This record gives sequence, structure tokens and C-alpha cells, in this order.
Amino acid sequence: MSGSSNIVAMKKIVQQLRFEANINRVKVSQAAAELQQFCIQNALQDPLLTGVSSSTNPFRTQKAFSCSCDISAGEKTKKTTAMMCN
Amino acid sequence: MGEMEQLRKEAESLKDDITAARKAVQDLTLQDHVAGTAVVGRVQLKTRKTLRGHLAKIYAMHWGTDSKLCVSASQDGKLIVWDSYTTNKVHAIPLKSSWVMTCSYAPSGNMVACGGLDNMCSIYNLKGKDGNVKVMRELAAHTGYLSCCRFLNDNEIITSSGDCTCVLWDIETGSQKTVFAGHLGDCMSLGVAPDFNTFISGACDFTAKLWDIRDGQCRQTFGGHESDINAIGFFPNGNAVITGSDDASCKLYDLRSDQELITYQDSSIMCGVTSIAPSLSGRLILAGYDDFNCNIWDSLKAERVGVLSGHDNRVSCIGVTPDGMACCTGSWDSFLKIWN
Repeated sequence: MSGSSNIVAMKKIVQQLRFEANINRVKVSQAAAELQQFCIQNALQDPLLTGVSSSTNPFRTQKAFSCSCDISAGEKTKKTTAMMCN
Repeated sequence: MGEMEQLRKEAESLKDDITAARKAVQDLTLQDHVAGTAVVGRVQLKTRKTLRGHLAKIYAMHWGTDSKLCVSASQDGKLIVWDSYTTNKVHAIPLKSSWVMTCSYAPSGNMVACGGLDNMCSIYNLKGKDGNVKVMRELAAHTGYLSCCRFLNDNEIITSSGDCTCVLWDIETGSQKTVFAGHLGDCMSLGVAPDFNTFISGACDFTAKLWDIRDGQCRQTFGGHESDINAIGFFPNGNAVITGSDDASCKLYDLRSDQELITYQDSSIMCGVTSIAPSLSGRLILAGYDDFNCNIWDSLKAERVGVLSGHDNRVSCIGVTPDGMACCTGSWDSFLKIWN
């Protein structure tokens, strides 16, 4: 009967809420401190944060010659890169 | 009072208890704690590679654990495995169903999986003896579309579905080991914890749920979003969850204090978030949006510190390499871009 299956479903919801209500909670000050600490501790190892030098960048545009010019927004063809560097 | 009415009252009372318990540990806000911290400097990432080859909208991408190979899924009916260093296509796998919505790379690198409107999760063996990539298993039982899938190992995969459930599968036998039921709306996305003991799901009931993989228990439920959660991920230390929603905001929920700590939003952003990924340290959160851009947020200060613009259509997926070296965006414009 749909009436009793609704009750079964509702009992499950109440049971789940009871479970979630009873978990241990850590103070936000402690949680915030640990999040910040993790960020700080790993900042120097985060390439997107520190930047990647072209010599260590596995995604650097393949060039026939080595050059330290800054390739700005988007890739440039070898021709225009040569023009920029000479 | 009828039993149903009694149960309803009990449910409301428990929800009030949870709200009160969360407030009780809120001795400080995250904003207070980081008030003395400076915002990170402007982050300007450049497109280093463009992966061209798909002929239709890209819906999903996932990095392999080597941070070099990645897999993408497009509604042109193909899964492509790319060598992102060279832009070469390592595999181009034709799919039975072109309505694919998700893909995943196994941590071992031996398999990839995908699924979508066919309601199935198809597992492909990349290391078959004759060199051909073939379907190894079709995991069928969901009664709704497959929105996301993530391998735990070569024999276990977790899927999320439009049928409002997530499932842990045994790939060898093709059977459902555990069904995670509880969401009241389509499950849109899932993320596995760094320690592989738990996973999180985001759904169209506007909530995110944390699940214990082994006992199937939903441990925590997080609300606050005002629309569907499309994207979800773990903060790299495994103690917090980041979500992206159609309500144009991203949120960070802390697992140990069981509450939302911060919202990433801006009045100038009015479109939905499609995808989300943290940088290696968690300090940056990269989020893809319907307005063709990807915004980079300072996760602690909740300020926008960068934008990735370059796609000509919605950014549908984003992923940061396991080694943190680069991020990849996939778009409805049929291209993937690698940025750092």
C-alpha cells in the first residue's frame, strides 16, 4: 500500500537525520586553521601558484631554438616566435 | 497524531538539531581566521597546448595518474586518449552510444570508462593483447543517465546517475556491490577522497553528500546551494569539499566541522558553474562556467584572482594534473586546452 511505503521511506529519512545529527563536530577555528596550514605548507610545491619556468615546463611549446621570450596568450607559430626573438 | 505526521515532526526537529550543532562549533568564521592573510597575486595562466580532434561538444575529461595522458569524451561518439605533452592521440575509441556525459581514467592506466544517456558505464581495456581497445564490461542497472564515473582500482568503479543513486560496481562480475541511495534529485557529479575510503556526490536536490564506500552509509549532507550542484571535488587534504552550482556560486564545505565555510561568488557572474578542480595546494580553485570562461579563485580569501578565456563555447569540464603542473579545460567548442 502506498501509505505504508511512504511511512517506511519517512522512517529511513528520520533514521538518516538522527545519524547525521550525532556526528562529532570540530570547532571551525580549528578546521579553518588546518585548511590554511595545508595551503601554506604546500604553496611552494603548487606549480599553478608559483608559476612554471619554461625549462621545467613539460607543456612548453616545442621550439627549434631555445629562447626566453614570453609567449603571451595562446600559442604562436614558429614563424612569429622567430620574428619576436630576432 | 498519525504516524506520518509524527515522523515529519521528528524530521524537522532533527534538522533543527543539526543546524544548532553546526552553529555551536562556529566559534570563528574562515573569513575571520584569514583576515590577516594576503590575497594571492594575480594568476595568469597561458594556453600551452590545444588538443584538436573531436568533432562535437566535449562533455568530460579526466587525467591519468601519470599527469601526461588524459581521456576526453565527446558527443561525436569518441573517447580520445591524448598524450598532452605532444598533443598526439594515443587512442581514438569509437563508442556504441554517442550520448556520452562522463569519462574516467583508471589509476593504473589500464582502462578507461564512459557512460551517458545509455544509462550504462562501459569499461574499455587499453592494454589488450592485440593492441586493440575493446569494451571489457558494460555495467547496466541504473535507470537513469550516467552523469559521472570514477575508478577506485582496476576492479571497482563508482558511478552517479540521473536515477538519484550512486553505485559501487565489481567490474569483473559486472554486479552492483553497493547502492548509495538518499539524494532526492539527479546525481550530477562525484569525487573520490584521496584516501579512497569515502566519496562525495552533488545532486539536483541542491545538496552534497559524503558516503562511506565500504559500509554504504551517508555520513554527512551539505545544503546551502540554491540550485543544482553540477560539479564536486575534494580539497587536496581530504577534509573539505568544493562544489559548483547552477546558482552561479561555488562553495567550500568543511567535513570535520560539518558546515559551509565559504562561498565563491561575484555579482557579475550570473551563469552556472559546470566544473571545478583545486590546485595542488588547494589555494586556487579553478571553476568552469556556462559563459565560456574559467574563473580562478583564491580559496581562502574568496576573491577572483584569474580568468582563463580562450574557449568559444561553454567550458564543460576541467581537471588539474595529479602533479599540479597544469590544468586542462574541455569545451562545447570541441577543443581541450592545457594551461599553466
